[in-house]
Order: sequence, then C-alpha cells, then structure tokens
Amino acid sequence: MARAVSTRRKIGFTVLGWTVGLLIFFPVLWTVITSFKTELAAISIPPQWVFFDWTLENYVEVQERSNYFRFMMNSVYLALGSTLVGLIFAVPAAWAMAFSPTKSTKNILLWMLSTKMLPAVGVLVPIYLIFRDMGLLDTRTGLIVVLFLINLPIMVWMLYTYFREIPVEILEAARMDGATLMKEITQVLAPMAVPGIASTVLLSVILAWNEAFWTLNLTTTDAAPLTAFIASFSSPQGNFYAKLSAASTMAIAPILIIGWFSQRQLVRGLTFGAVK
Amino acid sequence: MATLQTKSAARLMMAPSVIALLIWMIVPLSLTLYFSTLNYNLFNPAETPFIGLMNYRFFLSDPAFLTALQNTLTLVVGVLIITVGGGILLALLLDQVFYGVSIVRLLVIAPFFVMPTVAALVWKNMMMNPVYGVIGQALEFVGIGAIDWFSNAPLTAVIIIVAWQWLPFSTLILLTALQSLSEDQKEAAEMDGAKALSIFWYITLPHMARAITVVILIQTIFLLSIFAEIYVTTSGGPGLQTTNIPYLVYSQALLQFDVGGASAGGIVAVVLANIVAFFLVRLIGKNLDA
Repeated sequence: MARAVSTRRKIGFTVLGWTVGLLIFFPVLWTVITSFKTELAAISIPPQWVFFDWTLENYVEVQERSNYFRFMMNSVYLALGSTLVGLIFAVPAAWAMAFSPTKSTKNILLWMLSTKMLPAVGVLVPIYLIFRDMGLLDTRTGLIVVLFLINLPIMVWMLYTYFREIPVEILEAARMDGATLMKEITQVLAPMAVPGIASTVLLSVILAWNEAFWTLNLTTTDAAPLTAFIASFSSPQGNFYAKLSAASTMAIAPILIIGWFSQRQLVRGLTFGAVK
Repeated sequence: MATLQTKSAARLMMAPSVIALLIWMIVPLSLTLYFSTLNYNLFNPAETPFIGLMNYRFFLSDPAFLTALQNTLTLVVGVLIITVGGGILLALLLDQVFYGVSIVRLLVIAPFFVMPTVAALVWKNMMMNPVYGVIGQALEFVGIGAIDWFSNAPLTAVIIIVAWQWLPFSTLILLTALQSLSEDQKEAAEMDGAKALSIFWYITLPHMARAITVVILIQTIFLLSIFAEIYVTTSGGPGLQTTNIPYLVYSQALLQFDVGGASAGGIVAVVLANIVAFFLVRLIGKNLDA
C-alpha cells in the first residue's frame, strides 16, 4: 500500500480518476441538479448547469399530486418487512450451519444458492395465479413473502460467512468461566454477531428496495412501491423531466447512502464470500 | 463438539429456511411445468385441455423466440464485455494512490444502488433523448449530431444503460481482488526489470482471474433476467428489437394471457439459467472447502 509515488504521477491519476468518476456519476448528478429546476429550465438548450433559479417546487408537487408518500411507505414496508421476516428465518439457519456443521451443510448451502438461479419469469405465471386466487395481488403481505423468499438464500449465505468467523473457543471459554446462557448470548455472542447481522440487513434492504420485476408484475396501486411509481413516469403524459428527477432523487437517495456505507460488505454478500 | 442434542437443535433451526425455500422452488416450478402442457388461456380459463409439448413447439418455433434469444445473448455478452473490460481498467485506476481516491470510488459505485426503473428513465429521457438529452447535445456540440438511440439503436441503448448499472459491481469485486495482491510480488518483478504491461499480463491478470470468473457468472445470472430496464424504456420494441426472453414470457402471460405458452417460455428460461448456474455453483462449491 505505502508505495512511494511521485507527485507528478499522483496529479496525473487525480485528474484521470476524477474525470472518469464524474463521468460515471454524471447521470445521477444530472438528475439531482435537474430536480431543482423549473420544467422550462430542465429542457432548455444548451443545458443549464449551475446558473438557474434553484427551486423546490418539483419536490412539493410530486409529493402533493401523486401521493408520493404512500409509494414511499410501501417501499419502506416491503424492504423492512421482508428483511425482518428474512432475519427470523435466516439467523437460526446460518447459526446452526456455522456452529453445528454436518456432512450435508455444504450441500444445503449450495442448494439454497441454486434457488437464486430460478429465473423469476419461470415462475411468474403460477405465482401470479396463486396470488390472484388468494387475493394477494397488490398487497404488501404478498410482496413481502416474495421478496423475503428471493433474498433468503443471500441472507443465509452472508450470515453464515460472518458467523463462521466467530471463534468457538471464546464461547467455550465463557462457559468454563461459568457464564449463564443469557450472559453467553448477550455478552459474548451478540457483540460478535451484530456486525454481520447489520451488514446482512443493509444488503437485504437495498435488494428489496430496488427489486422491480415482482413489484411491477404483482402490484397496481395499493401496494405499489417506488419502483412501480417511477415506472409510471414512462407514460407519455408523465414526461416532466424536473418532476421525474425530483421523484427519482427521492427514490434513490436513501438507498444510495446506505449502499455507500456498506460497500465492503456488499462484495462479500453478492459473491457469497467467493471474493474477499 | 456437536452432540446428538445440538445436532437435532441445529436441524430444527434450519428447518424453517429449508422448508420455505423448498416450497418456493417446488410449487411454482411444478405448476409452471404443468401449465406448459395445457392449452390454457386466461380468456377461457374453464377449458384447459392437455396438449403435451405443443406449447414448447409453438414457443420454440415462433420467430419471436429466436429474436428474443438472440437479443438476450447480445444483451448479456455486450454488457459483459463492457463491464469486465471497463471493470478491470477502473479497478486498476482506483488501486492507484491519488487525491480523493475514496470519493471517486463512491462516485464510481453509485450507479449500482440506483433503482433499475430510475436508471432506465433517467437515461432514456435525460441522457439519450435526441433533443433534450445531454448526450445528444454533446454530440451536436462536437459536430457529430444527435443520435435517436431508441429508434435507431434500441438494443445498444439498453446495453449501455444496463452496463452502466453493472460496471460498479465488476469494478468493486475486481478492486477487492486486486487489493489482495501482495506488493512484494510486483516489486520483485519490477526489480527484475519487468515492464508495467508484462506485470499486468503475467501477475495482475492471473491474480484477478478467479474474481473475473465470479463476475462473469454472477452477472450472467442477473443479466439473463433483465426486465425492468426494457419494460420502462422500450416495452420490447420497436417491433421485437429489444424483446428478450423474460420480456417475451411476460408479454405472453400478462399481455396475451397465454398461460400455457408463457409457462413453456418460463421453463426454457429456467433451463438456460441452470446451464450457467451449474458452473457457478461448482466454482463457489470449490471455494467452500478452502
């Protein structure tokens, strides 16, 4: 890491790095900037970069006109609901696999992963019909179940890789010292397990928040989250760039921030620990 | 360590997850298989006669299927070339020491957290629109002239959008791999007089090989089922130019109400994904022992 680098080389890479970084980030940046323009300024040619009358009217209008708040609450419910249910299922499973592994543990883990390979279109029709018959179409409950199931394998895997790094010796030492089960859990295990659980929660929330296939196909109005709300802007009468930008900014901001904080864990979660 | 008691406790703890996933896998999949043998249309759900493999015959011999398959493969391969190639270059760049490298890293990975529907709409309207889009105006400015992406090169446009979303993923993973490469090895090579290019070719690239494989396999799984980006930008069109297999199945099921045909298409998608998955699971399974 600590290489001696000449200043010239460093400045060269600074210029190159920032140029490339800003180019890749540009669509996001442009969306945020546009969200503060009037509709007229948003489509002006040549584009206005900084010197325009900054306004919050788009945010106010998106909020008022389209019941944005309800879509956002649906997103929050779905992301947190599916994550919570996922944790209830995944934590014990990952715990058992990490601390009482058997011969079949590895196979079960791989099998769980293989359910991720099931393309959603392959099972869309039956899920749609089952949901229709059970009255689950366009309900939060129905979507929470689907989102929880598609994220469960990743949650189990991620928790497993974290739990496996907790040394069993510490647990044994605590027992030798006469720790009660309660103390064992609260003072020894929890502090070591919490970081892994927290990362898993972040990843699950990100994946559920951005999931679009199931939300687009299984919701219409009542349970529709932000993914579906944004998609409704693709209709011709909805093409107001500044408002689209304001809605988009509000939809991506929370997840972008969470994502930035959890980038390291993300690599681990998304590659199932295959790259460290 | 594992006594009989802890073993049965472990089984009990695993049971909910295993059962939930088992149901999730078996019920819809067997229903899809079953539907795929029926002449089942939602307009006439009372009569669903068994027709064997006819749906597969229709689906596979439909010219739309071949187009969709071709589009699916073009999309996957196109995005992979951009993201793996670009990802290697970006990882090498972000591995350098420069001012604000940690902020640049955040800028580069940002697209990955952008909701697919947002990414698609922002690109369609604000980047690629021939009149108001920034790309069009930039091309106009340098004298090339704006391109009407979604009329003239719709699949290329979709590839660009999807590649933008996935470039951060490959960059992040390749960078992680790159950072685990020991400096000593490179220094030793430098001492022996190796050129930067040969260090990259003989040391860095082989070191990243495993991560590259992981990126290719995981992305392929996700790219085979790209849906939202097509749904919001082109709805598969113009014509069938951007219809991939997921979108074809979706339109067959929910726009044409042909449950039987859509189910057959769904099974074809499952088979395709499993060919890829076979390699992925083997690769990760190998890693599990290490």
